[in-house]
Formats: sequence, structure tokens, C-alpha cells
Amino acid sequence: MQKISVCLISFLFIFQSSLFAYSSNPKSFIDELVKDAITKLSDKNLTKEQKASFVEKVATENVDINALGLYTLGELRKSSSQDEISKYQKSFTRYFLKSLTSRLTDYSESEFEILGEDKKSVNYTIINSKISPSDGGPEIKVDWRVYTKNPEKPLIRDLIVEGLSLARTQKEEFSSILNSNNNDIQELIIQLDLFVSKNQ
Amino acid sequence: MRINKILKFIFTLIVLTTLFANYAKSTEECFENTSRAIFKFNMTLDEIILEPLAKGYNKLPAPVKTGASNFTSNLGTLLTIPNNILQGNFKQLGHSVGSFAINSTVGILGFLNPAEKIGLKPNKEDVGQTLGSYGFGAGCYYVLPVLGPTTLRDSLGLLADTFVDPFAHVTIRENEIFGASGNKLDYYSVKGTGAVNFRADNDKNFESLEKNSIDLYSSFKSIYLQDRKNKIMNSIETQDDWGSLDN
Repeated sequence: MQKISVCLISFLFIFQSSLFAYSSNPKSFIDELVKDAITKLSDKNLTKEQKASFVEKVATENVDINALGLYTLGELRKSSSQDEISKYQKSFTRYFLKSLTSRLTDYSESEFEILGEDKKSVNYTIINSKISPSDGGPEIKVDWRVYTKNPEKPLIRDLIVEGLSLARTQKEEFSSILNSNNNDIQELIIQLDLFVSKNQ
Repeated sequence: MRINKILKFIFTLIVLTTLFANYAKSTEECFENTSRAIFKFNMTLDEIILEPLAKGYNKLPAPVKTGASNFTSNLGTLLTIPNNILQGNFKQLGHSVGSFAINSTVGILGFLNPAEKIGLKPNKEDVGQTLGSYGFGAGCYYVLPVLGPTTLRDSLGLLADTFVDPFAHVTIRENEIFGASGNKLDYYSVKGTGAVNFRADNDKNFESLEKNSIDLYSSFKSIYLQDRKNKIMNSIETQDDWGSLDN
């Protein structure tokens, strides 16, 4: 009986983090998520793999990776086949998670503060925040484009750092690759896979 | 006579920008292959000169860095002032003149920034932004050796900056204004310090971008164009181009 209790408690403890959901209020959602990420990524007791797995889990649940993938593909999403889109989305997700882990780790030793919110429409709320690097570097203004179509489950769609949209930058980067390869989606998939394999 | 020359130059500039900027959309490249080669050259230059300087600069005590940044920024306000007038932005003109006057005196030649503490925070303006505010298109995009990303409008603006910037008149052209004199070395030292300061402030951002880009050239292009657009509008625009993905 005691064994069963220990197992049950351990099971609950292990899965406690995955049961934890961030607030559905966009402002609190970003605040809780970023502070959680900063705590985890700056924890020196966690291994690189543990940090990567944390980012993967949090991003998969709280970032609209599917919409982001389609957005960054631009007009090509309309002319590509379902099979091509599906292959692209798989590669994009791997690429996105890899680069997100790297980007977040770069900024993990920073202070984070929510400054305000701007409800743009039923679908979007922009959350204004600032990041103060611990090395005394200049403050960075970061706006979060939160997709709120489902008010119970807000999702991050873009980060606007000092007025520069990461999604837009990514879209234009992909567009350049596509333009120089006759809009061949396969070439973009190859480049994404190459990035992931190089950064394993 | 000098005013006549400046007016002629501005007129020529407007005519040139109108003629050329409309030929190309801002996202179009003038000569991509050459630009990519120059970009590579600039990145090598950055790696061997600017990056080590920026890393060394970042090791300086914070008051030294802040002082240098304030000093170059205060001199940069001199270029902002005529552009505030050209844009008819008199509220910003008040901020710029007030900031320059206070920082140059109370702020010990601009090394301190007391103006910011009383709410004077001028936006940086240049001729490229002024032309943009008049509605001139960016023209095509290319990369200049050493100076980096630019557009047709912005490079014409860069040239025009040296005609409207009083600091450039005093240093590059060695004209005395209100008893102030200088030489070319002063001009390039201030601009060089400004560049190192910018590179040092963004060291982590550069590293992150380099590490995570598939096509670094395009990332820089996108960032440059977005930044210039925001600066022309004097606001951070959260552009909504998600279209059908909203549904």
C-alpha cells in the first residue's frame, strides 16, 4: 500500500508541471510564462537537454507554431500541396523549437517586466514588456502578439523586439531563400533540416 | 550664398529621389549579388575590427560607456534639429533644442543626460527619414562597404546629412560656427565611437541573429527596412499582415 502511495505521489509530482497551465488572461499569461522560462533557463542545476525539453513543451503548448509556419511561408502556402505543407510544417516546427531554445537561452539572465496591454481586436492583444539584461546592457522593449480567438487558450504568434517583428523577419528570410530557388518549397525544407542537424 | 547652395542641393536631392525611388519597390534589390559580396566583406570587417572593439568596450566601467554614448548622442541631436524643422515637427524640435542646450551645459558637454530626467527625449532624425516623411519611397535596397545596409533614398539622405548637420560643417568642412571649430578627425572619431557603442549595445543580439539565421543577409535586410519604417513614422508599428490566418 505504501509502495502504491509513493508511486502515486511520484507520478503526480512528475506530471505536476505538465498539468500546470498559464492564465488565460493575455497579460498574466505572458507574465507567468516568461518568468517561468527565465527561472528554468537560468537554473544551473538543469542540463542543456532538460532546458531544451522544457522550451519544447512550453512552446508547443503556448505558441501558435502551425500559424507561424504558414505565415512565414507567405503566398506559397496557397499554391503548395497538402503533402508539401505537411512536410514543411514538420521541418519548420523542428527548426523553430531549435532556434527558440537558442534565443531564449541567450536572454535568460535578464529581468522581465510587463508594461501594459493593447487589445487590438477580438483576435489579438499586444502585450508590452521590457527586458533588462543582467550585464547592464540597454533595456529591450518586447511586444508580444497574442492570438486570443479562443479566449480560454491564448497563443503567442509573434515577438516584436524594439519594433522589429521576428515573424516578419523570418518570413522575409524564407522568402529570399524561396526566391533564389524558383519558389521550390523542397529547397526551404532542406535548409531548415540542415539548420537543425547542424545545431544538434 | 551658402544657404543658396544648400537649397540647390536639397532641390537636386528631392528631384533625384523622386526620379529614382519610384523605379523600385523598397524590397527590391539594386544588385543583390554585389550586395551579398559586400555584406560578406562587412561581416569579415566586423569580425576582425568592430566585434573585438565592441567586446573590449563592453568591459569598460558603466559610467565611461554611458558618458561616451551620451556624448555622441548629444552631438547627433545637431542633425536632428534641422530635420525636425524640415519635417515641421515643432514638438520634437522643442525636445531636441532643449535636450541639446541642457546636456551641453548642465550635462558637461553632453557626457551626462540631465535632459532625459526632465522628460526631454528627442527622436533621432536624418534626411533619409525626412524624405520618407514627405512620402518618398525607399527605392531599391543595397549594401554599402563599411556603412552597411541602405536604400537609394537613405544613401542620398546620408550624403545630404553632411550638408544639414552643423557638426559636419564645423568638422568636415572646417567652418567655424558660434566659435566652435574642428576637423575631419573629430567627425570620424565621433561617428566611429557611435558605431562601436551601437555594436557593443547589440553584441548579444548580433550573436543570436548570426546563430539562428538561415540567410543572415536577408535577416539584416528585413531588420533594416522595418527599423527605417518605424523611424520615419516615429512609432513602433505592430503591422497586421496575418490575413487569412486570423480565422
